[in-house]
Amino acid sequence: MADGPRETWITGVGILSCLGEGPDAHWQALDAGKINVDTTKFAPYIVHPLAPVNFDAQIPKKGDQRQMEPWQRIGTYAAGLALASAGAKGNADLLGRMDMIVAAGGGERDLAADGAILSGLPKAGEQEPFLNERLMNDLRPTLFLAQLSNLLAGNISIVHGVTGSSRTFMGEEASGVDAVRIGVARIQSGQSDIVLVGGAQNGERKEMLLLYEFAQFNLTKEFKPVWARHGHPGFALGSMGAFLVLESSDNARARGAKPMARLTSVVNARSERKPGDVTTTLARLWDKIALRRGKNGAFISGATGVEPATSEERAFLKGHPEFAVRATGSHIGHGVEPQFAMNIALAAVAVQRGALFASQDPTGFERAADDALAQAVVTGVGHWRGEGLALVEKID
Amino acid sequence: MAAMHDKAGRPMVVVTGSGLVTPLGAGKVDNWKRLTAGESGIHAITRFATESLKTKIAGTIDFLTVEPLSAPAMAERLAELAIEEAIAQSGLGSRGHFPGPLFLAVAPNELEWPQREVLAKASGANETVSYDDLLRAAASGRFRSYHERFLFGSVGEALAGTFGTEGSPISLSTACASGASAIQLGLEAIRRGETDAALCVATDGSINVESLIRFSLLSALSVQNDPPQGAAKPFAKNRDGFVMAEGAGAMVLESYEAAVARGANILGVIAGCGELADSFHRTRSSPDGKPIIGCIRNAIADAGLTPDDIDYINAHGTGTPENDKMECLAVSAVLGDRVKDVPISSNKSMIGHTLSAAGAVEAVITLMTLEHQRIPPTINYNVPDPAILLDVVPNAARDARMRHAISNSFGFGGQNVSLVLAREPA
Repeated sequence: MADGPRETWITGVGILSCLGEGPDAHWQALDAGKINVDTTKFAPYIVHPLAPVNFDAQIPKKGDQRQMEPWQRIGTYAAGLALASAGAKGNADLLGRMDMIVAAGGGERDLAADGAILSGLPKAGEQEPFLNERLMNDLRPTLFLAQLSNLLAGNISIVHGVTGSSRTFMGEEASGVDAVRIGVARIQSGQSDIVLVGGAQNGERKEMLLLYEFAQFNLTKEFKPVWARHGHPGFALGSMGAFLVLESSDNARARGAKPMARLTSVVNARSERKPGDVTTTLARLWDKIALRRGKNGAFISGATGVEPATSEERAFLKGHPEFAVRATGSHIGHGVEPQFAMNIALAAVAVQRGALFASQDPTGFERAADDALAQAVVTGVGHWRGEGLALVEKID
Repeated sequence: MAAMHDKAGRPMVVVTGSGLVTPLGAGKVDNWKRLTAGESGIHAITRFATESLKTKIAGTIDFLTVEPLSAPAMAERLAELAIEEAIAQSGLGSRGHFPGPLFLAVAPNELEWPQREVLAKASGANETVSYDDLLRAAASGRFRSYHERFLFGSVGEALAGTFGTEGSPISLSTACASGASAIQLGLEAIRRGETDAALCVATDGSINVESLIRFSLLSALSVQNDPPQGAAKPFAKNRDGFVMAEGAGAMVLESYEAAVARGANILGVIAGCGELADSFHRTRSSPDGKPIIGCIRNAIADAGLTPDDIDYINAHGTGTPENDKMECLAVSAVLGDRVKDVPISSNKSMIGHTLSAAGAVEAVITLMTLEHQRIPPTINYNVPDPAILLDVVPNAARDARMRHAISNSFGFGGQNVSLVLAREPA
């Protein structure tokens, strides 16, 4: 540790969303301005549905798939993609010392069972015994395991053999930033050589829409890109999985793994969200990330479209006109826990190519990119709490 | 300065304050008195009706009133009490400002039946109720408070605000190992030099009818309801499952250097931590015990010790047939011939299983065990299991000379964490 912090490389990326799977498919779909939203299935709520995926490709046993609810399948699949891209799949020695930090929600429910119970309760003579009996009969024993937050990590251990350690952070967007931050801190300090970080969300769930609808955070009725939602704010939940393999440069070199990009720093904070807090907090974090690759770059923004967080983030971004902005939420929706890891993956593929994808932003806020991209800053501002930034650099 | 660091050259991490709430009571003094007297905090459930349930007992916290009651509201209240005790003892920081990050072990959060029923009623739906009706009720804006209360980050955010911890609060779940993971995250942050202090807390107030039924459907719970105090029987041949309980444990961790510099009283040392995930099955341990064995060995090695240095083990000891068998196998493999001479007891025999909180609750008690040089017993040990040849400190507390202890925590999803605690800095 006396030699200063070790470098953290991104050596593997596994992503899937409404735009398909894999870094290149995402870059191309974003560059083409593709938007995939479903405005009818959960109307008036708008969601970004998962693109068709063959889960067998990363979760070969049907028995394993049956033990999972969709959010776990999406995450276990994305983790498999990340391990494959890092050349780590099936490498028992490497997987046995690979640490894992998952940012997770959880709790997919049996909506039909809940509805039947709620329908029956008013008619039941004694309500509490009725609830007990229905739950005893209607809850599937294995559903509990498909709901537990830490069982995404558990399934990744079982399906892919990642066993060095297994930790699950909870807490919406902030948990996704913390998972990456702690992963990087462990590598920089020598506590880990290689870490799998990320998360997954099934955004096509009424009980999740319900949680956010209590405070009217959902985008309804009409779809508009993130920066154009000012008069009609809200996020459109997006189904997605995103995992990164983070690795010390020494470990990667020793096993001949090729890096996509360098994850130079991850910083975050918790403000009380008084008016203006997001802007000033991001400005404070900006001073901490220590740019060293010149003045130009790109922001890969995780702006959600909810207010006032989106306007306050925009005010911060406007203060750095030398950075072109791309809000991926306009295309893939809001992934909550995995959003930050997803955007780091999208930043990594962009700096690896040296080219930012194009934008069709109707507000004009997202200007055309500069010629060569050597660095990108990822923003992660929670819809209610949590502010984070990450610096992703090209490795020359 | 070398003495301020451990054998690996990392900052040594000490405990300068701790707090505890369990079904036995609030505060360490009460808990210690009752733990060493071999008393049980398990009782018949009165919080909700238990008709048609197989398990009708638990260690619910009934001496606190939380209105309106929900798992996150109870978890927050329990954590507040434990944190207040820990911070007061440590004397660190000031009111509303703790100079370090929060690491919180807490149960996953979701809307509960009382709220669903309120929404169903508010929706005005008549014959059948669906989630579309609940969504319509939510869209009215009348239930805005449910958003903050049932977010996964709800309890952590509230505690970070109340106690003024620094940075982003981390809420975590490693199932029944969560409490130990919270301590581990604090230990690692101090070792990295990111902070001089950390507030590590674990809390669980999630006993409601659905959570009980979920565990019941996995056949994980004891069904020996009468007498309730006799249900939790770790390591006994007639053990038949764990007993759910609520509680919280909190620790103020500091670098030894910072603690000495401000003249703080040092309760003990977090000497090491080990983990190893199990990829065998979602709820069962690998039959060869390798992940648990590796976990315990990693913890001992991380502390720079050998198995011969371990004087006591605070068992995970849930009282399920599977856990206690596997834990016995693992500690036998790690300790070798010494296994019969090293006492191992389960606090869960008295407290029940505080789930997300257990790892921290038991770490707090383990440090008290070292402080008092007295081991709380494993109660309800009346029918020895011939397959478990351990000194479980049956039924009565015992004095012993101990320098180093292990606290084990194992959970669903292949989660294994072991802590090594020491009485004094080495």
